[in-house]
Order: sequence, then structure tokens, then C-alpha cells
Amino acid sequence: MNLRRDVFQAIADPTRRAILLLVAAQSMTAGAIASNFDTARPTISKHLQVLMQCELLGQKQSGREIYYHLNPKKMREISDFIEPFRKMWDDRFNKLQSTMKKYNPTSR
Amino acid sequence: MEQKTKINAEDGKQELEITREFELPVELLFKAHAEPEIVEQWMGTKVLKLESKKHGSYQFRTTDAQGNVLFQSNGVIHEFIPNRKITRTFEMENTPFGVQLEVYEFEKLTDNTSKLNMHVIYESVQQRDQVLKMPFAKGINMAHDRLQEIVSYLPNGHAD
Repeated sequence: MNLRRDVFQAIADPTRRAILLLVAAQSMTAGAIASNFDTARPTISKHLQVLMQCELLGQKQSGREIYYHLNPKKMREISDFIEPFRKMWDDRFNKLQSTMKKYNPTSR
Repeated sequence: MEQKTKINAEDGKQELEITREFELPVELLFKAHAEPEIVEQWMGTKVLKLESKKHGSYQFRTTDAQGNVLFQSNGVIHEFIPNRKITRTFEMENTPFGVQLEVYEFEKLTDNTSKLNMHVIYESVQQRDQVLKMPFAKGINMAHDRLQEIVSYLPNGHAD
């Protein structure tokens, strides 16, 4: 598994999070996205590249322009990432409860 | 089904909270954390040592189905107040996760129900997020392993 380009790496950066918020509202061209930041245009391009590589963004050609849009499926993966951790504890605690329901101190 | 165990992990913080309500008297909930034989049963781990008292220490060992050691963990107990509170450190040996501080608060709700509140503090935001992601990453790896297994059974398939 290539951890260097995983979605968590992608959203660790505040600029990339801001880009995701922008395109969540509507698809935008790279130029329109960059105009929202003081950062140099090539830097924004780099961020877009990272977001594309981990599939958080998709591209669509419309005439001569390329529009970036959010990939909701991949975004859901992030919002659900705590779920396996929660499930692990939920399983443990379910077991604790069933163990203790059977617990009978007088038989020991 | 309703989610009984709740995790609160705020973005950018080096701590998290795990809460859960039990259909158990608080005395039994506490006992499940204090007695080695019981801890073994629900944690699915071998308890090498568990001194349930102030300044006591503990050591757990988790093995796979074949008996291979997966990991060992240990810590010291700073506070041990029966049926109310345990404060301890927790460390997974030979991992980059560092030492975490755990505060367990046991609360009586009714005679037959209780609540556990676990407050866990990590050394850094990064370490907390690593720990949170671990079961997630493991899930991905397991899916990957299964895929490889299936591929190796395909005609002309190569498992390498």
C-alpha cells in the first residue's frame, strides 16, 4: 500500500482542505480555484495534482476548459475512517458485557 | 442497530474520548477492568501481569490463532479508585505510537446500568491519528491479502 499518497496525507494540508471545500460547492477550473488563494498558481496546481492522484478530485472537460469536481465516494471513505476503530472497541465492550452478565462471584 | 460505543476525536487534537453505556452494575464494569482473568476474556489478550493498585503496573501479550506474538503492551497505574476511576499509561511495545495516557471514569447510572468514559491523550496529533487509522489500514491490508489469495487460485494465476 502506498501511504505517501493516501487520502489522509491529502487532507492533512490546510490549502488542500480549502480546495476541497471550494469545489464541494461547484466544479471549478484551476484558474478559478487559484484565484481564491494568495498562493502562486504552480503551487495550487501541485495541490490539485495530489488531490487528483488520491482520487478526491475528478476532472471534466467542458469546451476548452477543464473543471475539477469533488469525488463524493472517496470523501465518504475519509468520513468513515474512524468506523473500524469504533467497531473494534464496540466489539470489545460487547464481549465485556456478555462476559460480566455470565459472571457469578459465588461460584468462584 | 444503534451505535453503543461512541468515539469523539476532534480534528487537530491529540486526544480522544470513548464512551459506552453498559447493562451492568458499575461494580461489575469496574471488576472487568481490574481482575486479570476477566480482562483476558474480553480483551482477547494474555495478561502477563496486572497489579490493580496505585503505582502498580501491567503487561499484556496478544497472539494470533497460531500462538505467534502479535504485540505486547504495558503501562503503569497512577490512580486506582474502586468503582470510580483508573488512570494509567499504555504503550504498545516496539511501535512508533509512543506512550498514551488513559483516564477511565466509571459512572453508576442505575443499579443495573453504568457508563464508561475513556479519555486518551497521545504524545502528538500525528500519533493519535496513526492509532485511529490502524484498524482502518489493517482492513485495507486484509482486503488486499484476500485479493491476492483469490488471484493465486485463478488459472494461470501468480501469487507472487
